[in-house]
Amino acid sequence: MAGYILRRLLQAIPVLLGTTFLIYFMVFAMPGDPIVALFGDKTPPPQVIEALRERYNLDKPFIVQYLIFLGNIFTGDLGVSFSGQPVSEILMDTFPVTLRLAAMAVFFEMVAGISIGLVSGLRKGGIFDASSLVVSLILISLPIFVLAFVMQWFFGIYLGWFRTTVGPGAPTQDLILPAIVLATISFAQIVRLTRASVIDTDGQDFVRTAASKGLSRGRIVPVHILRNSLIPVVTYLAVDFGTLMVGATVTEGIFNVPGVGRTLYQAIIRGEGPTVVSFVTIMVLIYLVVNLLVDLLYAVLDPRIRYAK
Amino acid sequence: MSETSNGSNVQTERAAGAERPLLEIKDLQVGFNTQDGLVKAVDGVNITLYRGQSLAIVGESGSGKSTTAHAIINLLPGTGHVSGGQILLDGQDLTKASKKDMEVVRGRKIGFVPQDPMSNLNPVWSIGFQVEEAIKANGIATGRKEVKARAVQVLKQAGLGDADRRMRQFPHQFSGGMRQRVLIGMGLAANPQLLIADEPTSALDVTVQRVILDHLESLTRELGTTLLFITHDLGLAAERAEQLVVMYKGRVVESGPSVEILQNPQHPYTQRLVAAAPSLASRRIQATGSISAAESSMADDAAHAAGDAIDLIATAEARAEALAAAPEAAPAIVVEDLTKVFKIRGSGDFTAVDKVSFQIPKGTTMALVGESGSGKSTVAKMLLKLEDATSGKIVVGGKDLASVTGKELFNLRSRMQPVFQDPYGSLNPLRNIGNTIAEPLFTHKVGNNASRRERVYELLDQVSLPRTLISRYPNELSGGQRQRIAIARALALKPEIVVLDEAVSALDVLVQAQILRLLADLQAELGLTYLFITHDLAVVRVIADHVCVMQKGRIVEAATTDSVFDSPQEQYTKDLLAAIPGASIELGA
Repeated sequence: MAGYILRRLLQAIPVLLGTTFLIYFMVFAMPGDPIVALFGDKTPPPQVIEALRERYNLDKPFIVQYLIFLGNIFTGDLGVSFSGQPVSEILMDTFPVTLRLAAMAVFFEMVAGISIGLVSGLRKGGIFDASSLVVSLILISLPIFVLAFVMQWFFGIYLGWFRTTVGPGAPTQDLILPAIVLATISFAQIVRLTRASVIDTDGQDFVRTAASKGLSRGRIVPVHILRNSLIPVVTYLAVDFGTLMVGATVTEGIFNVPGVGRTLYQAIIRGEGPTVVSFVTIMVLIYLVVNLLVDLLYAVLDPRIRYAK
Repeated sequence: MSETSNGSNVQTERAAGAERPLLEIKDLQVGFNTQDGLVKAVDGVNITLYRGQSLAIVGESGSGKSTTAHAIINLLPGTGHVSGGQILLDGQDLTKASKKDMEVVRGRKIGFVPQDPMSNLNPVWSIGFQVEEAIKANGIATGRKEVKARAVQVLKQAGLGDADRRMRQFPHQFSGGMRQRVLIGMGLAANPQLLIADEPTSALDVTVQRVILDHLESLTRELGTTLLFITHDLGLAAERAEQLVVMYKGRVVESGPSVEILQNPQHPYTQRLVAAAPSLASRRIQATGSISAAESSMADDAAHAAGDAIDLIATAEARAEALAAAPEAAPAIVVEDLTKVFKIRGSGDFTAVDKVSFQIPKGTTMALVGESGSGKSTVAKMLLKLEDATSGKIVVGGKDLASVTGKELFNLRSRMQPVFQDPYGSLNPLRNIGNTIAEPLFTHKVGNNASRRERVYELLDQVSLPRTLISRYPNELSGGQRQRIAIARALALKPEIVVLDEAVSALDVLVQAQILRLLADLQAELGLTYLFITHDLAVVRVIADHVCVMQKGRIVEAATTDSVFDSPQEQYTKDLLAAIPGASIELGA
């Protein structure tokens, strides 16, 4: 087991190198001069521009910039943003917020998606199944920003249950609404996947055998149907984590959440290489860790899978 | 004979009302809702089973035998439901029992041993968990330690020696036979009065089957459990149960004491079953000393009177005559010291086939017999050059297979065709029958469209299928028809050699008999050479001239079929022969 985890972590190294290089290159290749753009309509004196260029290593060739950045990362220095704030500080401020938002969203989509999928699957063809199909189709076809504005208006303004934008420090109750919006992206998929998986498992021979042993339905459903059905759902969650990150960028923008998504968006607009690359690197790292955790969880759910050796 | 009449006397006394039957099924109707309306799977079945008795329901797939079993414990699949009749367990009508009542009945009063040990244990829970669960649900023991102790006891009783240790393991770490023991243990965990065993061993090797059934028999006798046994094998049923119920298309066509039914079948369907069961046919051939004697002993038999009955003994006799008439032929296939070693990651090499040598004379059949994992299918794959040999030599029609490549190999393939076990998996569902049969002709560029079509018609005639099937698709055909299609495809290029890898193992007995007959006829007509791979020695008796018995990659015994059956040399062969069901049955001679 330890060997497997080590191997997976080692595999992360080339992935990280590759992604940072690509992202750095893309930011570098973006049109426009980031320093000039920084001053807006004003024209700064050439000396100032030169000084700033030198400070952010923008005067050096691309590959040198990248290697300097890489070397700094290994010493723990993520550089400084254009506003003068250390990138590591921005990361510390924003990542906890986004992680909280993402965790809440995953929680909502799993609780709602799996329970609705389970009931639909067990009552295949019933009214509940049919209505959950319709609702999930509607949710699938709605773009997330449309849904976000509708929810903002309905729950925030019409009913007045939540604040429409997230306050400073992003208190958890303010994050509920954005988390629900974020959760709806994958919610429909999880409902459908769980439903199909439950129907499949319910038809398995071992479920009938469990009943023939004298077990009640109340025991068979969680023990023999749900657990087996979760295996593909958990796999999906890992793959879907990327979607969640993209969704977080949009949702954070709309609800004004001081998280990674909004900060990253602004950094891209300003062409802030170090900030963008640092953020993306951390996101890739999280993505890899989440996938590793899911693979380990997979082994817990399904004893046939062993990562020994 | 006297034993039998005693048995029926007891039967009549009981029926007179001295004792209430444990299970009484009265006019049971089971229907499935389909798009075409209600389809009746079971139609007016009556079964009476007394305490301590054993009864077997026999029938082919689709006869409603498993549906009847599932109806008893109210676990019908999908839209199935009891649409009429009664199922009385000790006087309680199970068709009217509530959900809660049924939960009490299941496990505690009726134990159930399912068919396929591979799919009937939940792969994500340990063996111990699944056994303990059954014990807890039926209130047999309370408290962790007691439940565990009982689980160990149950598993040991079912023949799992080191139950303590293996409880923590998962189903995938168990062999098929071991899993079936676990399932039997679970079925008997709560000491039910009635145990329903639904084809408990049809997925297992013959020798394992025998051990498991012996164990099940002694266990139920010891515990005084009444046994309801479901099987498609008449020989097995008669050997393992006192009473027989023969089902056909949802109805009971015949019932009574096993020996009486076997000796004197009344219904034409039962007569056909008796005549077609390979286990019985091989026993009969064995009992009378020769095929022709067995044939003449059958002459007065009701089975013969059945007219269109496919009689396996007649098939065997026709084959034997044809062979006797033929002069000694040159070998079509010579295999010398054939070895196949598979490299397995982490655990070194595995020798699947170990220095196997044999010859098959032209126009004859050689059977390669062995259990799963004995290497027999690997031999077939190497012969077809679907797998390369590690060492050794295969000579087909005078050519060494190892040196044959490219164009020459392509031509050689047309002379050597396979038929595989699963008639559902070996036909492409998206191609119609005509294209399927003609595919080898296209591949080898034989003839034009018109002549190919002519050839497909000819082949359909040869395998006794109507020409109208040419535009149909595999899903519209039955298993037996599909296997005929697979044979027709194999014959399309007029091969000299046909490799039949468990080609009749997945078929019902009657269909199996028809296909065996067809193979025998085609051999006589076309002079084909067969390599017949099977785990079922009973079939071998009917179809093969020579037998090679394989065990763990080696041929342990090789001789003519007669001498293998008459005087087996190796213990393993003797075990295999003993495992053919029906040994203890006195057949009407």
